[in-house]
Amino acid sequence: MNVFQFILQNHTEVLEHMREHLWMVVASTFLAVIIGIPLGILISRKPGWDKPILGGANIIQTVPSLALFGFLLPLPWIGARSERLAILALTLYALLPLIRNTYAGINGVDRAVVEAGRGMGMTDRQLLWQVQLPLALGVIIAGVRVAAVISVGLATIAAAIGAGGLGEYIFRGLAMVNNQLILVGAIPAAALALLADFTLGWLERRLSPA
Amino acid sequence: MSADNQPGPVIEFHDVAYRFSGGQELLNGLSLAVCRGETLVLLGRSGSGKTTTLKLINALVSPTSGEVRVEGRTTTEWDPIRLRRGIGYVIQDAGLFPHFTVERNIALVPTIEHWPPERIRARVAELLQLVGLDPELEKRYPRELSGGQRQRVGVARGLAADPPILLMDEPFGALDPITRAELQREFLALQQRLQKTVVFVTHDLREALLLGTRIALMEAGKLVVVLPPNDFLRSSDPLVKRYLDAFGAVSNGHRT
Repeated sequence: MNVFQFILQNHTEVLEHMREHLWMVVASTFLAVIIGIPLGILISRKPGWDKPILGGANIIQTVPSLALFGFLLPLPWIGARSERLAILALTLYALLPLIRNTYAGINGVDRAVVEAGRGMGMTDRQLLWQVQLPLALGVIIAGVRVAAVISVGLATIAAAIGAGGLGEYIFRGLAMVNNQLILVGAIPAAALALLADFTLGWLERRLSPA
Repeated sequence: MSADNQPGPVIEFHDVAYRFSGGQELLNGLSLAVCRGETLVLLGRSGSGKTTTLKLINALVSPTSGEVRVEGRTTTEWDPIRLRRGIGYVIQDAGLFPHFTVERNIALVPTIEHWPPERIRARVAELLQLVGLDPELEKRYPRELSGGQRQRVGVARGLAADPPILLMDEPFGALDPITRAELQREFLALQQRLQKTVVFVTHDLREALLLGTRIALMEAGKLVVVLPPNDFLRSSDPLVKRYLDAFGAVSNGHRT
């Protein structure tokens, strides 16, 4: 059977898996944003904190995704529902691009501009909110973009622990040695990734200063 | 900060040294007084410590030993935020906020000082006129201005809250010679009217002779001499002579 025929005939099921997939990506990216951006700000102000925190996020990134799902399984509350588990794992992966880009964005603001602000009597908080964060915003959104696109891909693995999503078709196709079925999962996933990339890329350009 | 009432120096350096935490010495044994209403030029080559000297005044750096007094109080006694808001700061390339319009850039200190909006608007209009900028430029962003216009905005921003002291760190350094000469002339006219206490950093001897009421020559973190321009030209100090030689053309008749 042709891939598109399959999608059309089973569109309610495909849409349901897409919804699950999108939910995992959106929830995990959101969590990574509210954890990663403050951490990025923190390490930009506390000298010496950058290495351990960026290093930690880096180590998480190197853990193979399937193994990470396994590691998290024994956690209370989280491990009880596979969807929670998948969201937590995706959040952990998305942290690195967010922390790193927030940190790089703030440090990348022209030093003369920051020093002019400080020299004119702006407080640390005023400098952060009125100067550093607005000027770093483009770089931070670029981090969100990277995180979201990575999450769309990684979320297909979540099907291995029963969290649903478009990975269902990929794993089913692998088990049945059915390439068409793999594509039923892979094509919508690729479309979601492109959509996320495009939307956030547009936002990045809109919000970049100068 | 109270202006023009007490006599005596506005800014004093008492045996100031500044070292990086690594131990590298930037300034040593610096003693200097800046009088009210004068333009003291810190002259010296790159790395001579003139910018560090400037940053000691608005407490962007703190002395490793010795003390810096502004209006009689040491910079460590001052609340740094209060101190800095009473001192205008103008730097090379203006250091304008690229995401702020000209108006918001100029209004920076009045805004963080919570002036009422109508007073800020009036002040911005007044300053644009003072530095010779078209009022229509106020809605533009810095990237839409020429280098000379940006620097004028930088000066306007430094003057916004009418501080009695103005620190200028190579403010005209990045401009083409014609624009630079124009801004130097305007600075002189402005300074005649406003009578601020100005500390001006430059490596350009011509600029120092033109703008300074006194010139402080610095070399390798030490103060060499402090002299009015005419005496500076006649000084027999070997370092002054070297400087004069490097700028040979300026010192017509005084060449060695």
